[in-house]
Amino acid sequence: MNVAQLVKSFTLWEFVKAHALTLKYFFKPKATLNYPYEKNAISPRFRGEHVLRRYPNGEERCIACKLCEAVCPAWAITIEAEPREDGSRRTTRYDIDMTKCIYCGFCQEACPVDAIVEGPNFEFSTETREELLYDKAKLLANGDKWERAVAANLEADAPYR
Amino acid sequence: MIQAFAFYLFAALVLASGAFTILARNPVHSVLWLILAFFNAAGLMVIVGAEFIAMLLVIVYVGAVAVLFLFVVMMLDIDFAELRSGLVRYFPLGLAIAVVLAAELVLGVGAYRAGALELGTPAAETAPLVGEANIVSIGALLYGRYLFLFESAGIILLVAMIGAIVLTQREARADAGRSQQNISRQVSRRPEEATVNTRPEVGQGVQL
Amino acid sequence: MTETFVYWGMDPDWAWFLATVAGILLIALPLMLAVAMVIYVDRKVWAAMALRRGPNVVGPFGLLQSFADGLKVFLQETIIPTAANKGLFLIAPIITFTVALMAWAVIPFNSGAVLANINVGLLYIFAISSLGVYGVVISGWASNSKYPFFSAMRASAQMISYEVSIGFIIVCVVLWANSFNLNAIVWAQKGHIFGLINGFAFNPLLFPVWVLFLISSLAETQRAPFDLTEAESELVAGYQTEYSSMSFALFWLGEYANVLLMCALNATLFFGGWLPPLDIGFLYLVPGWIWLFAKIFFFFLVFSWIKATVPRFRYDQLMRLGWKIFLPMSLIFVVIVSGFLMFTRYGA
Repeated sequence: MNVAQLVKSFTLWEFVKAHALTLKYFFKPKATLNYPYEKNAISPRFRGEHVLRRYPNGEERCIACKLCEAVCPAWAITIEAEPREDGSRRTTRYDIDMTKCIYCGFCQEACPVDAIVEGPNFEFSTETREELLYDKAKLLANGDKWERAVAANLEADAPYR
Repeated sequence: MIQAFAFYLFAALVLASGAFTILARNPVHSVLWLILAFFNAAGLMVIVGAEFIAMLLVIVYVGAVAVLFLFVVMMLDIDFAELRSGLVRYFPLGLAIAVVLAAELVLGVGAYRAGALELGTPAAETAPLVGEANIVSIGALLYGRYLFLFESAGIILLVAMIGAIVLTQREARADAGRSQQNISRQVSRRPEEATVNTRPEVGQGVQL
Repeated sequence: MTETFVYWGMDPDWAWFLATVAGILLIALPLMLAVAMVIYVDRKVWAAMALRRGPNVVGPFGLLQSFADGLKVFLQETIIPTAANKGLFLIAPIITFTVALMAWAVIPFNSGAVLANINVGLLYIFAISSLGVYGVVISGWASNSKYPFFSAMRASAQMISYEVSIGFIIVCVVLWANSFNLNAIVWAQKGHIFGLINGFAFNPLLFPVWVLFLISSLAETQRAPFDLTEAESELVAGYQTEYSSMSFALFWLGEYANVLLMCALNATLFFGGWLPPLDIGFLYLVPGWIWLFAKIFFFFLVFSWIKATVPRFRYDQLMRLGWKIFLPMSLIFVVIVSGFLMFTRYGA
């Protein structure tokens, strides 16, 4: 150990330098977002809360092919289907257990008609577990609510699919 | 009035916690009762006006010695059934010791009542330094009249300390070849001394 | 205060009693408030140094965060583990908390404003702070759980180790001030340097001693970088692991009250306590307790600053620092300081 190092260690030089650094950071602008008031931009591919979409004429897109149910690795989706009065094949039940869902996005990949899509919404925490067991009505309502954002995201991502 | 009350309170607590120290089943409880006894003894010292001694009692006994006691006792894994099993065997020995202690006590009290032993003339110059703070008078006595005794007590303690250190170092000397951490060497090591930049040819590898 | 009560026509004994109780409340209640605010400051400082924002939701600038936390803790259920030693388990946080409050009795807030102006004030603080370890040790043992127990082992060894060097550091200060009384120590610092600067820390001989004291006081209060007793990566939460609700809050308050006490000691022993920093007439117009509080707050900022900067020590490093570096250094400084005083003050 040479003299310079000895002096350094007895004057706690490294500590003084470290403290100068943290003091500099103390006055720097903060990196954290002020979350409920500020939010980061999210990718069009963001996989958030599920929505069931409709066609512009109001007809629901889902044709009850059950591909999403089959592909779901978490077995979160339950579908029951039977022909409607007009003869078209529709779901009578479309449930997603959001507590099981792992947000992998396979359902939207599997869907041939872009009916089930994971929207940009990630703020859907609830106070009870039961509220996270989504049924068809809830998913369709989500679809109506988020249609513009979802459509815009699909549009933006379309060239890369 | 208040002095008497405080004295009886502290004294009663010292006796009670002393008794509980012996009676408590759990050794950790015993140590904690012992600490309470120390604490109340310190209270008694304050009443007599010896605040310095009181503080030392708390600092040294409660703050250090008893913590180490507790430290050791807490780590003991004591089987109470086994402890009690030896009672009958050791009872005669314990009784004998108790009898000897009681006899000594009686003897001591008897000797005291028979009159004080003349050891020498009480030194006039050690008259208490009246009006001085506790610490000042203790300091004057320790570093004046009793300097030699004080210093020799210090040396005895030093010898004991060195002895303890030497005893624990024994193993290290026997096993001289083992790798020992040299902290100042580790700290003084710089990146330049420890790392080297090489650019080997493909397939040549690095010569270490 | 006693004289005022007597002046109002009260029996002297009762007046003394009332004045003491009032004094205790005057210290303890603002201290609790200060602890709450100081926790907020602590969190803000760490956050700012890590480029975060820190609490900013409850109240303006998040000022009420600590009170919200306190309320939450107060409304929680107190859980006592079935395997715990119930009595000791509940006594431990009370010990920590009471001991943290007790030591404040001898801190002088102004020339006459001290609850107990006793001759051995500094020794009293030393004695009381050595009691603080019992809260940790007892809680660790009584929890009957392994991580709290490890934490208790660490705490007892750590506090004993650093108390030794703190003792020698205190001896240096006492030698210079010629008294154990904290108020006398503060007075001894008046105009210490060139008759202008108040405070022992600006003395070149005592400055290194102060640095030793600052670091030892971090170790004594188990704050980062010496917070091995609650090293979350190794011991979950250390001795507080099994605690919840109010018993946890008492540890929390006690810990911060201890930190504030150490800040107050730094201010009182080395930075002139309630004296203004410079010995200039008009600075004395500001009441002494404001100077003291400013100094305590400054040292608290330094403590959080250190916490935000230095990573946690390993346990063997902690012990090495305590016994192999701080103890010899503080001993050397006792010799140097007493030698210097012998030559200059007593002319031997």
